[in-house]
Amino acid sequence: MELFDVRLHLLWSDILIFLLVASLCAFVVNVVRNPLARKRWSQVFESRIGSASFLVILFYVLIALTDSVHFQKKLEQAGDSEDVHYAPEVTSLLDLALAPMLGRDEKTYSAPFAIHSFAKENTELAEGGVIRDYPRLEHGGSHLEDDAQHGADIVVKSMTIIGWTLVPVLILLFLHHAFIKKRDSRLPWPVIYFTFSAVVVVSSWALYMSQFYHVLGTDKVGQDVLYGAVKAVRTGVLIGTLATLVTLPLAVLLGISAGYFRGWVDDVVQYIYTTLNSIPGILLIAASVLLIDVYIETHPEQFKLLSDRADFKFVALCFILGMTSWTGLCRLLRAETLKLSQLEYVQAAHAFGVSRWRVIMRHILPNTTHLILIALVLDFSGFVLAEAVLSYIGVGVDPSMKSWGNMINEARAELAREPVVWWSVIAAFILMFVLVLAANLFSDRVRDAFDPRMSGSGDKQ
Amino acid sequence: MKPLLQVNNLVVSAGNSRLVDDVSFEIYAGEVFALVGESGSGKSLTSLAIMRLLGEGLSIRGGDVKLGSDSLFALSETQMNAVRGRRVAMVFQEPQSSLNPVQTIGKQIAEVLALHRGSAPDAAIIELLDEVGIPNPEERLNWYPHQLSGGQKQRVMIAMALACEPELLIADEPTTALDVTIQKQILELLNELRRSRELAVLLITHDMGVVAEMADRIAVMRHGNILEQAERSQFFISPSHDYSRQLIHALPQPDDYLEYQAHSPLLDVQDVKVWFPERRGVLQRVVGHTKAVNGVSFTIGRGETLALVGESGSGKSTVGRAILRLEDTAGGSIQFDGSDIGSLSQREFAPYRKRIQVIFQDPFSSMNPRMTVREIIEEGMQSLGLGGTNESRETQIRNLLERVGLEAGHLNRYPHEFSGGQRQRIAIARAIAVEPELIICDEPTSALDVSIRGQVLQLLQELQDEMGLSYLFITHDLSIIPHLAHRVAVMRNGQLVEQGETRQVMTSPVHEYTQHLLQAVPRIPEHA
Amino acid sequence: MLAYIIRRLVYAIPILIGVNLLTFALFFVVNTPDQMARVQLGDKHVTEDAVQEWKAQRGYDKPLLINGEADGAEVFIDTIFFEKSLSLFVLDFGKSDAGRNIAADIEQRMWPSLAVALPTFIIGISVNIAFALFVVMFRASIFDTSAMILCVGLMSVSGVFYVIAGQFFFAKEWSLVPISGYLGGADAWRFLLLPVTIGVISGIGGGTRLYRTLFLEEANKDYVRTARAKGVAELTVLFRHILPNGMIPILTSVVVVIPSLFMGSLLVESFFGIPGLGSYTLDAIQSQDFAIVRSMVFLGSVLYIIGLLLTDISYTLVDPRVRLS
Repeated sequence: MELFDVRLHLLWSDILIFLLVASLCAFVVNVVRNPLARKRWSQVFESRIGSASFLVILFYVLIALTDSVHFQKKLEQAGDSEDVHYAPEVTSLLDLALAPMLGRDEKTYSAPFAIHSFAKENTELAEGGVIRDYPRLEHGGSHLEDDAQHGADIVVKSMTIIGWTLVPVLILLFLHHAFIKKRDSRLPWPVIYFTFSAVVVVSSWALYMSQFYHVLGTDKVGQDVLYGAVKAVRTGVLIGTLATLVTLPLAVLLGISAGYFRGWVDDVVQYIYTTLNSIPGILLIAASVLLIDVYIETHPEQFKLLSDRADFKFVALCFILGMTSWTGLCRLLRAETLKLSQLEYVQAAHAFGVSRWRVIMRHILPNTTHLILIALVLDFSGFVLAEAVLSYIGVGVDPSMKSWGNMINEARAELAREPVVWWSVIAAFILMFVLVLAANLFSDRVRDAFDPRMSGSGDKQ
Repeated sequence: MKPLLQVNNLVVSAGNSRLVDDVSFEIYAGEVFALVGESGSGKSLTSLAIMRLLGEGLSIRGGDVKLGSDSLFALSETQMNAVRGRRVAMVFQEPQSSLNPVQTIGKQIAEVLALHRGSAPDAAIIELLDEVGIPNPEERLNWYPHQLSGGQKQRVMIAMALACEPELLIADEPTTALDVTIQKQILELLNELRRSRELAVLLITHDMGVVAEMADRIAVMRHGNILEQAERSQFFISPSHDYSRQLIHALPQPDDYLEYQAHSPLLDVQDVKVWFPERRGVLQRVVGHTKAVNGVSFTIGRGETLALVGESGSGKSTVGRAILRLEDTAGGSIQFDGSDIGSLSQREFAPYRKRIQVIFQDPFSSMNPRMTVREIIEEGMQSLGLGGTNESRETQIRNLLERVGLEAGHLNRYPHEFSGGQRQRIAIARAIAVEPELIICDEPTSALDVSIRGQVLQLLQELQDEMGLSYLFITHDLSIIPHLAHRVAVMRNGQLVEQGETRQVMTSPVHEYTQHLLQAVPRIPEHA
Repeated sequence: MLAYIIRRLVYAIPILIGVNLLTFALFFVVNTPDQMARVQLGDKHVTEDAVQEWKAQRGYDKPLLINGEADGAEVFIDTIFFEKSLSLFVLDFGKSDAGRNIAADIEQRMWPSLAVALPTFIIGISVNIAFALFVVMFRASIFDTSAMILCVGLMSVSGVFYVIAGQFFFAKEWSLVPISGYLGGADAWRFLLLPVTIGVISGIGGGTRLYRTLFLEEANKDYVRTARAKGVAELTVLFRHILPNGMIPILTSVVVVIPSLFMGSLLVESFFGIPGLGSYTLDAIQSQDFAIVRSMVFLGSVLYIIGLLLTDISYTLVDPRVRLS
């Protein structure tokens, strides 16, 4: 069986992200059970921006998840040996989907949809002599018989694929509209349909066109930029989610205990977060990352594959980012818990002799979920943005890992070139902007629905 | 005589719901016109609509307001600003938040003078402050609102409202947030000013006592409609609408006392003190104490109700919390059924939690919004190990709900699906679920409308008769005491000034403060 | 008041000790001087002798916490902890791993940092407040909604892109200002113009949105209704009542960063080649000069704590309700 000649090789970050997905599912089940939470959430999804941005986030997360199933391909057996060898590099499910973009490397830069290289080169002519010109790309547009068809070919191919995608999508949507819509008609279906078809059409167009051209050009070593930018989605999404995963338990545990128990517990927690806060965050991150580097360099035996090494650094970076940014939420939760524990229902629970642990679990924690939630979504976009800055400073993810930060970092030299190589920075910009914008808009809707202080002016009659 | 203010067919709506629906009335110069209603009746919206100060989402959908010969809804915003504060002024309910916290009171009064009179000499402001009874006005001119008491803030609000000698004063629940003795002072002040300035007043209130003291004419509002308009003399004797009758009758009869008989003591509180430390200086040493409760003694017998009466800040709620061991005592003893519970640790106190229960004031914050009614009632039973199996507990909860006048089928609903009065019934069910002997009722009815208040008190009394409960009833509302409590204890500044049988304390109070308190309660004329 | 300040200063001591211990643990315990030496020397030159020499030159050859070979107080004094960590308390930063005098570097480099950070800070806040007020003036209108969507959009762009775009268009394509570099004196403004503008622009989205929320919260309070009932015009209400009250949380939230302005911005300074403390720190991070990073961490904490104290004091100045005790 050719298909199963692979060995699953899950990286630490893969395992963590799937654990996170599992706990998210548990959370969703919980929400569906509670009518109050359900009402709030449906308010989020009933807004046009809320459901559109959620779809976009979901799309990114799906890309990240497919890119988080890693395996090693089996190598051709050398000679008669019985040993099975696997490729030293890992491949992900996403790589299979992006196959058209792989293995089509050019020599160096080429512009989006170009069929000629970006740099002039010396070419030996058949009849002797050397000519200096832009050489024809090896893969980009190699199917063309006549270079003059270039422009027309792009248009025709684009039309074809858009047509081919749009038709089934529209049929599906029509069926959905006709049969299912009536059950739950308060959702803004037109917007959902539009976002869904836009996402599907754009992604299938890009995928299809990649078979013939480099849709977003190629980078310095001739790799497809679109491939790099899409692979960076996993880095961005994971850094956002895993780092928040680290902040969450710390902030919740310390914040709630400080607010609830007060006294010396409060003093200790306040001391810890003031101390951590007082250290300039970026310095603390930089110092910790440098330490991780030193650790990796001095313990090479622990990292068999290159990707293990990059992944270790990546998980460590998420951990460090989380460790340095839990203080804000902790403070918020402390204040909220102080307020909640004065409320009469908490007092009533005390009067019933309910244990402190149960009071926290039943009365305090559930009533702070909105704060946690809003902070989480906001933190997410903060971390995605932070990655770019950190990679630029040189304390971000491993340079061998595809990330928007690394792409931008490389772009500095590219922008200084004449003429300018603009496509990789633009690619990173767009993909990152769309994700962060969607997350920010979504967190806005969540806040509107959950934060009573912010939601419309209730008339106090 | 031509009316000063004419409201014709006013309609205010939020979205598609009409919150004020076709309201019309007239106010004549020099009279006090009271707009009475319970919460949600639309009375405050009516006043805000007259001033064109409705909040976002609310809009005037119809009708007309005439001040003299000007139609207010036809004015431009600039013209309307010349009316606000000069011809019509307003005093709001919450003196705590109605003044700008970062401006001195002098500046805030000066603003309105400068706006409508062009100049604001200090002398004029001082005169105004003096008129509303602020002592030392020259000095207080430069004070910030937080330096004044609640009553004084309301006086400043009144001074500000009267600064430009308006024709009409709109007073929106002007005394609701104040203690009863302060309320009396403010009402007297309003009465005096109205006479000296021949001011027309639109008084908005839910309190029939205030209406009876102040109003010349009365309009009753419910669900956005005016049900009845009448002269005061006629209104209390022969109200024409059923609802008005209901409102008047919901008020307790002053001479309807509960019979008192001696009971064997259940709770004996002796010289209890609750002090909160005050810390100062570099090392935050304790330099003194706020003596919230300072030597309070009383007893409650089995099946007896003791009303603990006092104004805000008197320490009456702290006494209740100390008995529940939610607050540590600094001295004295609390004996419950013969054993000293005041010095027990939280763990040793646990068995008593079943026997002493509590009902809180605010029906909105006393229940976790994320728990169903079943979970809310069940929580105490589970934690105290009562109710047996799940099935038997469910039967019990159903019975309890029916007993407090709710449907047993509601047990899977969430608190926000119930009204204030219904929630308070759930709170009662929660307390009696563990079959306590003593319930501490901390202002359980003060957040409720009058008509509902009576029902809840009735329920509490029935439960007392059925189960032999004892109540410590903490309240600021003297009017409900006669037919509720066997005995009364009056508290002030952390100490009891007087206690005794209800009839005796209410009819012939010994202590000066009690007399003062009783005099301050607005009286309603005898009604049929 | 004085007692309060003294108390806060006393409280600062355990925090600084915490910071000190944390940096000590990070830089000397988790990551030993041996490892630092190996990384610094590179693979080729690592011999035991070279490592020892590297350590000896920089004073890292001493015991970490307790010197068993010394006598008396020297047991504690002649250690890395005492010489490298405790000395920071008297702001004795010592020499960098490359042999430079850190204190002198700081003194020289804080001015360019301040020259960029201070204008960015002041102009940024003023612009944000102005925009927020403008949006609040038209609250609950189409203008408000679209302004907020624009703000979210601006917030969603990484700061790096603002710098890249700014440099690309203003400096490279249109040649309006120099791409990077810095000169002291009267010519400084030409070099400052772009970094300050970009610093301000990158903060507009988040700042305007936050301040709008604060102003709106004030706008819904009872005293604003009182002012309207007095007949005060809407614009006057905004400036005389909402603004002063909304300024309290704004002022007190920004005061904390004022002392830290000296530290400069890593990103802006390195992109624009401004020789301030930000780029100094960044260079140290990139060349793994831990002595400098350590000093900057400590300096940053001291400045933050001063900021916290200033915050509390500023409360008493702007809010008559707050009295410190």
